[in-house]
Amino acid sequence: MSKTFQTPLRRARSRGSAHEGAGHFWAQRLTAVLSIVLTLFLVVLAIALAGRDHAAARALVANPFIATGIAATAVVFVWHMMIGMQVIIEDYVHGPLVKAGLLMANVLFSGLVLFLTLAALGKIAFGA
Amino acid sequence: MVQFTLPKNSKVRTGKTWPKPEGATRIKEFRIYRFDPETGENPRLDTYFVDLDDCGPMVLHGLLKIKDEVDSTLAFRRSCREGICGSCAMNIAGENALACITAMEDIKGPVTVYPLPHMQVVKDLVPDLTLLYAQHRLIEPWLKTDTPAPDREWRQSKDDRKKLDGLYECILCFCCATSCPSYWWNAERYLGPAVLLQAYRWIADSRDEAVDERLDELEDPFRLYRCHTIMNCVRVCPKGLNPAKAIAAIKEDLALRRF
Repeated sequence: MSKTFQTPLRRARSRGSAHEGAGHFWAQRLTAVLSIVLTLFLVVLAIALAGRDHAAARALVANPFIATGIAATAVVFVWHMMIGMQVIIEDYVHGPLVKAGLLMANVLFSGLVLFLTLAALGKIAFGA
Repeated sequence: MVQFTLPKNSKVRTGKTWPKPEGATRIKEFRIYRFDPETGENPRLDTYFVDLDDCGPMVLHGLLKIKDEVDSTLAFRRSCREGICGSCAMNIAGENALACITAMEDIKGPVTVYPLPHMQVVKDLVPDLTLLYAQHRLIEPWLKTDTPAPDREWRQSKDDRKKLDGLYECILCFCCATSCPSYWWNAERYLGPAVLLQAYRWIADSRDEAVDERLDELEDPFRLYRCHTIMNCVRVCPKGLNPAKAIAAIKEDLALRRF
């Protein structure tokens, strides 16, 4: 460690409070509760899809209510995954550059998963 | 990245085995972490033996016996010997506890004694608590008011006073903070359970007029929200307090002021 004459209080206060975190905390809880509901929806959907042939399965997924439910599930799951992963990175990764890189990669990966899911869903819902 | 293994110069080696007390029939074995920064040597685990028939019942009695009669170079903090000063907090048989109120009898096998985990070690069982004390100072643990002070004391109803029960008893031994993995990984930025319980002690105080500022200062992804409700703090608190509950109450206050 490099030499410093900083007082312990300076070390403790450091850059001070970011005055945020409650929003993130609330988003975690909100997406967690929504995930419970949406998981039940997925279970029901899986049961409904079982035994259908390809055309009938596509028709069910293309139903506006079902498609909206699937889209909502994708948004909520990916959101929950992203903010959860963010906390893990903040916990364990301490190098500023590596941390910033991983936080960006987290958002990119989550965005990719979400948009691929929505694109695939859109193809079924709006496709011929 | 977080370090999951000890650096080479911190690896604990087997140390010296000290002679058994003569003529003793009931012997308790102690394995104690020894480190002296002045020698430049790695820490070591020394083995001592204490005659239970010639010693008080607590781990602290055993340590004092060793220091007085076997090895006077053993360093540890102690003061009140009755669980109210918090000085003799150390890691005993794998759990943070106060040596003065932990009975040797309750520990099966040898009594292993290490300093509080993940702190810089000053010597042997003496950890450097400077940062924790500074973090306690940071939360400004005193009554803050703007209303001119009354002629007599600031009044508090019995109901409001009750809200401080389970908070005011904290003795700042830091058994909780040093048992918290989240504090291990981010001690420089996370305040830890002891300091957050102390912070809530002032937020919960009906006489304090600076709750808004206190909450502002705590709302931070690291200072407060590094708590992931691991609950080691509750498990080890020698006073039976619940820092996790106090932290949850702060999070609740921060959520409630948004709606």
